[in-house]
Amino acid sequence: MKNNYLEISQVGIEFPTDSEPFRALQNVNLTIGKGQFISLIGHSGCGKSTVLNIVAGLYEATEGGVILEGREVNEPGPDRAVVFQNHALLPWLTVYQNVELAVKCVFKKTKSKAEMRDWIEHNLSLVHMDHALNKLPGELSGGMKQRVGIARCLAMQPKVLLMDEPFGALDALTRAHLQDSLMDIQQQLGNTVIMITHDVDEAVLLSDRIVMMTNGPAASIGEVLSINLPRPRDRVVLADDPDFNNYRQQVLRFLYEKQKNPAAKAA
Amino acid sequence: MSATAIKLKIAQSSDILTAANLRLLLDKIIKMLALPGFGILVFLLLWQLVANNIVTSLGQFPGPTQVWEQSKTLVAEHQRERDKEASFYERQEKRNAKKLAKKPDAVIKIRAYTGKATFVDQIGTSLLTVAFGFFVATLVAVPLGIICGLSESVYRCVNPIIQTFKPVSPLAWLPLVTMVVSALYVTDDPLFEKAFLTSAFTVALCCLWPTVVNTIVGVASIDRDLINVSRVLQLSATVHIRKIVIPSAIPMIFTGLRLSLATGWMVLIAAEMLAQNPGLGKFIWDEFQNGSSNSLGRIMVAVLVIGVIGFILDSLMLAVQKRVSWDKQAILR
Repeated sequence: MKNNYLEISQVGIEFPTDSEPFRALQNVNLTIGKGQFISLIGHSGCGKSTVLNIVAGLYEATEGGVILEGREVNEPGPDRAVVFQNHALLPWLTVYQNVELAVKCVFKKTKSKAEMRDWIEHNLSLVHMDHALNKLPGELSGGMKQRVGIARCLAMQPKVLLMDEPFGALDALTRAHLQDSLMDIQQQLGNTVIMITHDVDEAVLLSDRIVMMTNGPAASIGEVLSINLPRPRDRVVLADDPDFNNYRQQVLRFLYEKQKNPAAKAA
Repeated sequence: MSATAIKLKIAQSSDILTAANLRLLLDKIIKMLALPGFGILVFLLLWQLVANNIVTSLGQFPGPTQVWEQSKTLVAEHQRERDKEASFYERQEKRNAKKLAKKPDAVIKIRAYTGKATFVDQIGTSLLTVAFGFFVATLVAVPLGIICGLSESVYRCVNPIIQTFKPVSPLAWLPLVTMVVSALYVTDDPLFEKAFLTSAFTVALCCLWPTVVNTIVGVASIDRDLINVSRVLQLSATVHIRKIVIPSAIPMIFTGLRLSLATGWMVLIAAEMLAQNPGLGKFIWDEFQNGSSNSLGRIMVAVLVIGVIGFILDSLMLAVQKRVSWDKQAILR
């Protein structure tokens, strides 16, 4: 049971177009254990986001399916919280209210008002945003907004946390801070995470396994690389670590030798 | 440092402060008052110049001075009419009191005053009518716009109808609305006058569309991520509309409402003119038919009042929009 907490089996998807349907994914198979941190990496347009959206239930697979804890996924739900690339906070609600909206949906029946308040504040303090409860998203920096977006998802206590290039829009320093925060939190709470990324360092640093995808159309999983680095991981120490660099190299080789960027070929 | 030295220092620094403040104040005065004032002055001069050169069968075209005279007359007329009304009721009361003194169980009638409506009365009537028509239109347009914006299928069903009725002139609707109101609104104790309802519904029919169209666009262009958040949270339809759809669409809804109100105000004057329903439009038409040497001046007063009221109505909507809008940084004008 422990090793097939989330099962993606034989998933394929077609999108209707004006001429013939476009096949984006084919034969995607992946099994994820509880508490694992998985990264999806691949070139732009290879269908990483599509995989994530199918697991989230936002897209419906044409064939195959996703099973989470023994139950088939066929609609979106709060047990599969999504962190969007552009935070997707409601700009008219304060930081507190944004998290509250999610908490109210999940814990309406199980938590009292005071418990909900504590829970919201607790989750915002996990991402170090408890100082800005009454600020509007427009008053925050990009990194802070993304922290709140993560807090909103953590507060839902999802079975799987789905992250769609969560740090892609941030500058390098802010990104490093948030990666460290995310590692701490995941260590503490044991979340199961699927994260999409373009960043090889980020993938190796954070993941238990890196899933490398082939180029589309009809993209599939090319290789899966297990990262056996001890936790907690420290980016400064790992910079000189031969294992770390070896993993890095394997991912780079896959991306730039086995699966050349289709855009680069065209250029 | 001695006490006087300190005093001197404070005085100096406050002098600098006031000097800087003065400059800022002056800048503000120039921007807010002097420039618009200059524009108005130039306009008045040009107006006078042109007016001097136009002679109509009703006499010289009125310049600013004549119009100013007429506006004073109109206010004075209103005052006189009010005084007449007050004395009418006073006389009636005295008569009734006498009657009661003679015979305590006498039946007493109070007759309403039926003087002619003054310019100021007509303004009041027009404002009331446009408010009622706009209110009815908003009640229909915003929910309709939200439904069409949320569902592509409903939009496809409703869109041809919207596009057909949108360009229809109020004057085309007027005969139909008049007949329908006469036929359907039959009560012994009418809460509203028929003429009022006719004008109001004509206004509503014409100022429905800008709000509907803009609300549809506002609702249909909600950020996809926010819709996905709502789906992940499995928000119910009502919470989804309350928490996500309406706040997102508020700027577009208000753009529509402001266009609607402006349209409604324009339509109302035309409708009142054609249908002889009480209001500013009727005032203009009556003056035109009256054909005295003062008529053009009085009409010009009405034109200016209509314009100023339109401007005030739009400013009011803008103020409401600023209050309701979540984005306080947005530049609204």
